[in-house]
Amino acid sequence: MTKLGVDTMQITWPAEGFTRVPYEVYMDPSVYEQEQLKIYRGPTWNYLALDAELPQNGDYKTTFVGDTPVVVTRDSDGEIRAFVNQCAHRGATVCMDSCGNTKTFTCVYHAWAYDGKGDLKGVPFRNGVEGKGGMPDDFDPAKHSLQKLRIETFCGVIFGSFDPHVGPLQEYLGEKMCGYIQRVFNRPVRVLGYNRQSMNNNWKIYFENVKDSYHASILHTFFTTFGLNRLSQRGGIEMDDTGMHHVSYTYGSSDENEDAYKQANLRSFNSKYKLEDQSMLQGRKEFADGITLAIQSIFPGMVLQQIHNTLAVRQLLPKGPGHCELHWTYFGYADDDNNMTTIRMKQSNLVGPAGFVSLEDGGVGELVQRGIVRDKEKSSFVEMGGITVQSQEFRATETSIRGFWKRYRELMGY
Amino acid sequence: MSVQNVKSASIELKAAIEELFHSYADCIDNDELEQWPEFFTEECIYKIIARENYARNLLVCVIYCDSKGMLKDRITAHRHANIYEAHTYKHLVSGVRIVGQEGDAYLVRANYAVFQTRQDGITEVYNVGKYVDKVVFVDGEAKFKEKIAVYDTSMIPTLLVTPI
Ligand code: FES
Ligand SMILES: [Fe+2]
Repeated sequence: MTKLGVDTMQITWPAEGFTRVPYEVYMDPSVYEQEQLKIYRGPTWNYLALDAELPQNGDYKTTFVGDTPVVVTRDSDGEIRAFVNQCAHRGATVCMDSCGNTKTFTCVYHAWAYDGKGDLKGVPFRNGVEGKGGMPDDFDPAKHSLQKLRIETFCGVIFGSFDPHVGPLQEYLGEKMCGYIQRVFNRPVRVLGYNRQSMNNNWKIYFENVKDSYHASILHTFFTTFGLNRLSQRGGIEMDDTGMHHVSYTYGSSDENEDAYKQANLRSFNSKYKLEDQSMLQGRKEFADGITLAIQSIFPGMVLQQIHNTLAVRQLLPKGPGHCELHWTYFGYADDDNNMTTIRMKQSNLVGPAGFVSLEDGGVGELVQRGIVRDKEKSSFVEMGGITVQSQEFRATETSIRGFWKRYRELMGY
Repeated sequence: MSVQNVKSASIELKAAIEELFHSYADCIDNDELEQWPEFFTEECIYKIIARENYARNLLVCVIYCDSKGMLKDRITAHRHANIYEAHTYKHLVSGVRIVGQEGDAYLVRANYAVFQTRQDGITEVYNVGKYVDKVVFVDGEAKFKEKIAVYDTSMIPTLLVTPI
């Protein structure tokens, strides 16, 4: 017998494999439903928060895994916990604030109270009123905890999983990706603040954009307009063994080859404009390896960025087939001096929803979503840099997009 | 510097400051962005910051400018570098009030709502918040020494490129 709804959708993937993406996967509501089950509640580790956001026992933060509301806490023993923000009684959210500090979470509906571990501690009128009503004798509070997630942290980055069988976090990330996370989280960080952005496109279109190093110097004309960047800067793409995560990195401008760029006849080569205030880009060399730009994606929805001296985590959250949100958490290091903080703030103009080199990313996803609306059976074409999934020492490639789809199809069974 | 209460600001002073706020909004809404930096003093601060960050003393802004040069760069990038869908703004600014004085600067607050109309003709409430500003007079002309748009609409729809 076929179940109604979620399991009935069958995607026929084009024979070319992960160099093609059927547009249907960006639009179909049942694909969206299956993603919530097979990816977000499946064998994945999902970014939840930074350790630095929950310094004290009792600190909490609300977030999401996929579209499931989740609370992350540091319990009274100092342990990081996470549970679904859904009362075990009738399902109301038990926490309404975005962050705070508390010993108990009390549902406003009927005041069931839970501790920072998500265990049920109190049920009003459990024994009824004047001997009448109340819970049955066999009511066991221990069986009515909030639904808990598995938690693992790496270098102060907190991940959660719904899957009791998913392998350890570091295995999931792989050695290479761990190395890049460690590179940024090499010492205690200090959270500098948040930005939130909503987009009218499927979450995967934004995630592809993050993995798409091909578009960077073409769409984002800020650097080229002001004569500050070349696509021929040395850099590349690294992936983990599965292809689901990636890092795209660029070294500071040393061996520029302007001719190659001019010959490509791109509209973005144009340096008749100069920055009035050059101080915006005056930064400090922070990383010994000379990489000035590193964008890392961790499947299914985390992005870790170093763009010059701006450090941030972007959390990508699906909100229905045609909507998603991006939550930006900016940070520096706990030992930053005031000058360094000012540098980070000035350079933060480059990133975020109003970022000189990232604001376009909000717009292009919507262009794709609008463009494909009537052609579910057609596919996108993803053959830049070849048809394989592998690390490459150049950036004119879509290899990491192919890596994403490879893993996506495995999880979704397409 | 100590903050004094401005109990009885003259009608002329109030009118001059209100005029500053309204012509500022008019400038943006009429797409005269090249003029926009001229509403500021040579040394100035302009920020658009989420209420959440502002309330928690977190520094992160969506736009952070601490010089007039940075304001001009915003407009150069807006005109020549950034790529975005054409749109128009309408500001509704209300409740302009002088709430204090700090040296030669008047502390001024106002509420604003920005409506955005995109290419498809749909107008949405794009951003709502309050201005927390410092106004000074330079050669008799009111200018923003500091303009901070603290927005309640914590979710920015798609992108922000035009100043608020
Ligand atoms: S729904 Fe939470 S106590 Fe009833
Ligand atoms: Fe981009």
